[in-house]
Amino acid sequence: MRLIIQKYLYGDYGDGHAGGLEKASNQDQQKEWPLWEVFIRSKQGLDHKHAGSLHAADAIMALENARDVYTRRNEGMSIWVVESKHIHASDPDAAAEFFEPANDKIYRHPSFYDLPDSLKHM
Amino acid sequence: MLQQSISKLISEDQQIQYLLHLADNALILSHRNSQWCGHGPILEQDIALTNIALDQLGQARNLYQYAALLITEKTGIPTTEDQLAYLRDVGEFKNCLIAELPNGDWGQTVLRNFLMGSYQFFLYQELQQIATGQLKAIADKSIKEITYHVRWSADWVVRLGDGTTESHARMEQALELLWSYTGEMLEPSDFEQELIGTQSSYIKAAWEAKIAAVLAEANLDHPKNDWMQLGGKKGIHTEHLGYLLAEMQFLQRAYPGLEW
Repeated sequence: MRLIIQKYLYGDYGDGHAGGLEKASNQDQQKEWPLWEVFIRSKQGLDHKHAGSLHAADAIMALENARDVYTRRNEGMSIWVVESKHIHASDPDAAAEFFEPANDKIYRHPSFYDLPDSLKHM
Repeated sequence: MLQQSISKLISEDQQIQYLLHLADNALILSHRNSQWCGHGPILEQDIALTNIALDQLGQARNLYQYAALLITEKTGIPTTEDQLAYLRDVGEFKNCLIAELPNGDWGQTVLRNFLMGSYQFFLYQELQQIATGQLKAIADKSIKEITYHVRWSADWVVRLGDGTTESHARMEQALELLWSYTGEMLEPSDFEQELIGTQSSYIKAAWEAKIAAVLAEANLDHPKNDWMQLGGKKGIHTEHLGYLLAEMQFLQRAYPGLEW
C-alpha cells in the first residue's frame, strides 16, 4: 500500500473548505481518504503532542484510527485529530526572514540578570 | 489428542464445557479476524482489526487458562491452555457456527463482528452480575474491549449499509448469508442453562433491539427468515472449521509441546 503524505502550506487551501467535524459530502467521488494529524495527551496536565498522521473518511473514524494506531501501548488518555489541510504551516523557504533575525538578539533571553543566591530552581 | 481422562471430564463437566464454549467463540473469531492481518483495505483498518483479533485472543487465553486450572484440580493431571486450544478435534470445539464461517469480504467480516460482538456484549454484561471469582474477573476485563469492538463494527455496518450502491448491495448479501447463523448464539444449550439460562431471554431481547436499531440506521432491511442453523455448541460444525483447525493446530501437532 502506498501512502502519499502531503503537507499543505499556507494559502494552498482557503478557509472556506469544510471543517473536520462535517462529513465530506463528495466522499463517493474521492478515492483517497483525507489525511488527518493526530495529537495525543499522554497524561493529565500535559499538553497534546503531535503523534503522526493517518487517513480516515471522517472525524469519528479518524479518532478511532488514531486510537488503534497511536495508543496501542497505553500512550494516551486524550486524542485530538484535525484534518491536515486545516494546518497552515510556515514556508521552509521563508526560514531566513522568519527565524534567523532572532538568532543574534541574545538580549531577549533573560540571562543578564544577577539572581540572588536565595532564589532556587531558576 | 487430549488424555482420555481429560476428554471424559470435559464431556461430563458443564462448568468446563461452558468455559470452553466461551473460549472457543473468542479463539475462532480471533483466528478469522487475524487472517486479515496484512490484507486490510487500508493500513489503519488493518491495524484496527488486528488489534481486535488480539483482544479476542487474550479473552480466549484467560478462559482456557481458567478451564485448564479446573481440569488440573479435578483430574490431577497438569493441563495447559495450549492443550485445550491445539489438541482438541473439530467435534470437541463448542464455538457457535457463525465464528468459523469464512471471512468473505470486508463487509461480511465487520457484520460478523457486529453480530457476535453485540451478543458477547450483553452476555458478558450479565456475567459481570451473576458470575463469581475468576469468570467475573474475565468478564470485567473483556467487557471494555468488547464495547469497543461493537462500536467499531457497528460504525462500519452503518458506513457500508448506508454507503454507495455497491457497499449497500454487499452488506445485504452478507446479512442474508450470516443471518441464519445468529439464532444459535441466543439459544442456550445444556451447559449454559445452569449459569445463564434464566438470563437468556433478556440477552436475546437486548441483542435483537441493538441489531434492529443499527440495521435501521444502516438502511438495511431486517431479515425476515427465522429458521436457524444449530449444532456448533454440540460439536457439529460446518466444513470450514476443520480447515481452520488444520492450519491453526499444525505446529503443536507436528511438534508437540513446542514453545517459542
